Amino acid sequence: MTRLNSPEKLECARKDIVSRIDPTKPCISVCAGAGCLASGAAEVIAAFKTELDFHGLTTEVNTKGTGCPGFCERGPIVMIYPEGICYLKVKPEDVPEIVSHTIKEKKVVDRLLYEDPATGTRALRESDIPFYKNQQRNILSENIRLDSKSMDDYLAIGGYSALSKVLFQMTPEEVMGEIKKSNLRGRGGGGFPAWRKWEESRNAPDPIKYVIVNADEGDPGAFMDRALIEGNPHSILEGLIIGAYAVGAHEGFIYVRQEYPLAVENINLAIRQASERGFVGKDILGSGFDFTVKVHMGAGAFVCGESSALMTALEGRAGEPRPKYIHTAVKGVWDHPSVLNNVETWANVPQIINKGADWFTSFGTAGSTGTKIFSLVGKITNTGLVEVPMGVTLRDIITKVGGGIPGGKKFKAVQTGGPSGGCIPEAQLDLPVDFDELTKAGSMMGSGGMIVMDEDTCMVDIARYFIDFLKDESCGKCTPCREGIRQMLAVLTRITAGKGKEGDIELLEELAESMGAALCALGKSAPNPVLSTIRYFRDEYEAHIRDKKCPALSCKEMIAFHIDPAKCKACGSCFRQCPAEAIHGGKKLIHIIDQEKCTKCGTCLDVCPSRFGAVRKISGEPVPAPVPEDKRAIA
Amino acid sequence: MSEINLQIDGKEVVATEGMTILDAAKSVGISIPTLCHHEKLEPYGGCRICTVEVEVRGWPKLVAGCIYPVEKGLVVRTRTEKVDKIRKVLLEEMLAHAPDSEELKALAQEYGADRDRFEKHPSFCIHCGLCVRYCAEIKKKNAVGFVDRGSNREISFIPEIAAKECWDCKECFPLCPTSALQAAYVLAGALMTPPEEAHSGGCGCSCSCGSAPEKQAG
Ligand SMILES: Cc1cc2nc3c(=O)[nH]c(=O)nc-3n(C[C@H](O)[C@H](O)[C@H](O)COP(=O)(O)O)c2cc1C
Ligand code: SF4
Ligand code: SF4
Ligand code: SF4
Ligand code: FES
Ligand code: FES
Repeated sequence: MTRLNSPEKLECARKDIVSRIDPTKPCISVCAGAGCLASGAAEVIAAFKTELDFHGLTTEVNTKGTGCPGFCERGPIVMIYPEGICYLKVKPEDVPEIVSHTIKEKKVVDRLLYEDPATGTRALRESDIPFYKNQQRNILSENIRLDSKSMDDYLAIGGYSALSKVLFQMTPEEVMGEIKKSNLRGRGGGGFPAWRKWEESRNAPDPIKYVIVNADEGDPGAFMDRALIEGNPHSILEGLIIGAYAVGAHEGFIYVRQEYPLAVENINLAIRQASERGFVGKDILGSGFDFTVKVHMGAGAFVCGESSALMTALEGRAGEPRPKYIHTAVKGVWDHPSVLNNVETWANVPQIINKGADWFTSFGTAGSTGTKIFSLVGKITNTGLVEVPMGVTLRDIITKVGGGIPGGKKFKAVQTGGPSGGCIPEAQLDLPVDFDELTKAGSMMGSGGMIVMDEDTCMVDIARYFIDFLKDESCGKCTPCREGIRQMLAVLTRITAGKGKEGDIELLEELAESMGAALCALGKSAPNPVLSTIRYFRDEYEAHIRDKKCPALSCKEMIAFHIDPAKCKACGSCFRQCPAEAIHGGKKLIHIIDQEKCTKCGTCLDVCPSRFGAVRKISGEPVPAPVPEDKRAIA
Repeated sequence: MSEINLQIDGKEVVATEGMTILDAAKSVGISIPTLCHHEKLEPYGGCRICTVEVEVRGWPKLVAGCIYPVEKGLVVRTRTEKVDKIRKVLLEEMLAHAPDSEELKALAQEYGADRDRFEKHPSFCIHCGLCVRYCAEIKKKNAVGFVDRGSNREISFIPEIAAKECWDCKECFPLCPTSALQAAYVLAGALMTPPEEAHSGGCGCSCSCGSAPEKQAG
């Protein structure tokens, strides 16, 4: 592979690649993202290869493994081009039918299409599916178009044209100006304006500077950065090189968590390909600009994603936050100016350069421009990655994109911002997703985690869950965080165990205040899940503490199962299926739960036929005394 | 060196570049409590007992006095209600580990901290890192270090190094604000020897009896 040493050569190469693509040639794109691979995408791809070979179609039909389009829950996802047919949950057994029907006879396999749960109508294309239709997929939409291991695919859709534009038509100041005008804010946590860090770093006198991609993504349940770096690694790399040019850096790092082997593989491959073609290394595209980049695998806790901890880890030391009152943009890795941005932040850069800041700011609100990718999970019909313009309401994300709460349950809260975020109640659902609005509501944008909770979720237990997560993910260096988390967890654990005391809420608030003195943002923001649940769901805390009642009937130690003697028809379902053998029953006898033996697994409640509905979950009230043995006969 | 004017607790202070809030306060006789700070060691910022409030562009902010560099026009408050409340909670949390530490007891008195507010914890260590840093930075031996993270973080002697170095050094012992480091060393030593011999010095098992020697030393 020869290095492209001028913008003209790049355009020639691109033309050549595009000319070799026949837009009418059928192409089968199978999502090869981590989610779909886990649900069998590799087997599906293999099945397509065998089947096409069997039909002698190998040269007439392309197959590729692409990046994740976000609807992982319905994976493996298969797209058939040029028609753009979207098949969901495809299994290897479905492959022969797809090849014979869709590829050969141009007919649709109806049962593999998306079906609207309400109306039963089928959606042929991605764009007809409500989950996708209500998104604005500026960044994510590229994923399904690309073979994530092919640089030619990236070049075919205009890849590296932004880099070429920057190197030959723009000064670093102009690049900075465009980013400033776009008001691109960091997608990894704080929402800090990207240009400010860039400018601070550029203006620092030290000639050695670094640019860094934060792909540590430690937020449990979030995977937007993984999807981007696995699916479209060149876009991240291109963004990073543009940033390096603007800042005046010649070296970069990509910090990827070790748990993402496919991301590590794909970004390493992308760097190798880019070096071969002259986008990385000396004299990039003949411009005289040099840039090299290394991938660093992070094997640490959640706190390693914090900027000073990440930089300490890059230096080869334990990933612990450092006390710093000088910005890392001025004194970062080995004390050199270092610009750290999140994966998604970098992914926006080439688009801003190509399409302009005005295009970018046409999405979003005045303070929060562009789109944001969220990882929508929890009690929601459509889980997956969703990209929406900033400023849409949480309600729209949950109802229109997410398809609402399944099982006819009621919405209770949505947790945004990951472990350091907060819970937002129904009354605030019309809040626009915007950095500042979410912060005002006691939560934050964070990196884009969004966990939906329904009426069965106990808000005290949710707070306990996040604090328990942080207990092992903080570094333990400073007292307010280490000890504050320890004590908060003790209080929350006793409240959810029915042993809460008067004054516990105030104690939690006092601990939260002391954590404001923590060294890094992990400790400072760790109380958010606790404070936001106290703010919006104080009554649940009080019910636990005063009435020893869990209103969501979720805290195991505070609930009991009881069979209503008036409703039990002695069908015996619960008796047969109780794994603890805790149910006394018999033919035509009212069934009774032995509370001593009951493990509160809930099986009896699930299996009691709904026409009887005899099993109840109770909390905050005594379990009624069992019917005496001589009175159990059902007439 | 250029002069920097700032205000601490209402007093005008003239400091020089490179000084911390702690240094500047000391120069005018205002004392800020510290536990993990040590002149000879690298800045650490772990205990946070030195937390003070500063005003940055009109916004109040909590910072560690032992690290935060003086700035022109900085307004520092070392004893606000918030600062005192935070120090009290931090002390109470540390007293759960080291209820008999003289240093902590004195501070507890000043800030009205309740020694028994939180349930006692078997580990005596308050994680000031003085022993660890002294050994690493001054002695360059790394015989004692932190293991694990979060709430499970503890100090630990590296047996191979400790066996060679510590007996003739022990310079970190007096640094420990809980005075229990020595006991930890004895215990670690006991754990290194076979169980029969160990019984004369300590319990010798790996259970949670890290608390036992503390009472002897306390
Ligand atoms: C505890 C903690 C964990 C963090 N984890 C991540 C992470 O996994 N990925 C990330 O991009 N930023 C993370 N951040 C934010 C980074 O410190 C930093 O602000 C960010 O990478 C800057 O990039 P941005 O401005 O593009 O968002 C974390 C921050 C904290 C306090
Ligand atoms: S706040 Fe927590 S994670 Fe941050 S330095 Fe302190 S102990 Fe470590
Ligand atoms: S909750 Fe589970 S253990 Fe208890 S009675 Fe029902 S089935 Fe048995
Ligand atoms: S053993 Fe003592 S000196 Fe060492 S970190 Fe713990 S409290 Fe500090
Ligand atoms: S991994 Fe295939 S849709 Fe996300
Ligand atoms: S003395 Fe400042 S943080 Fe410990």
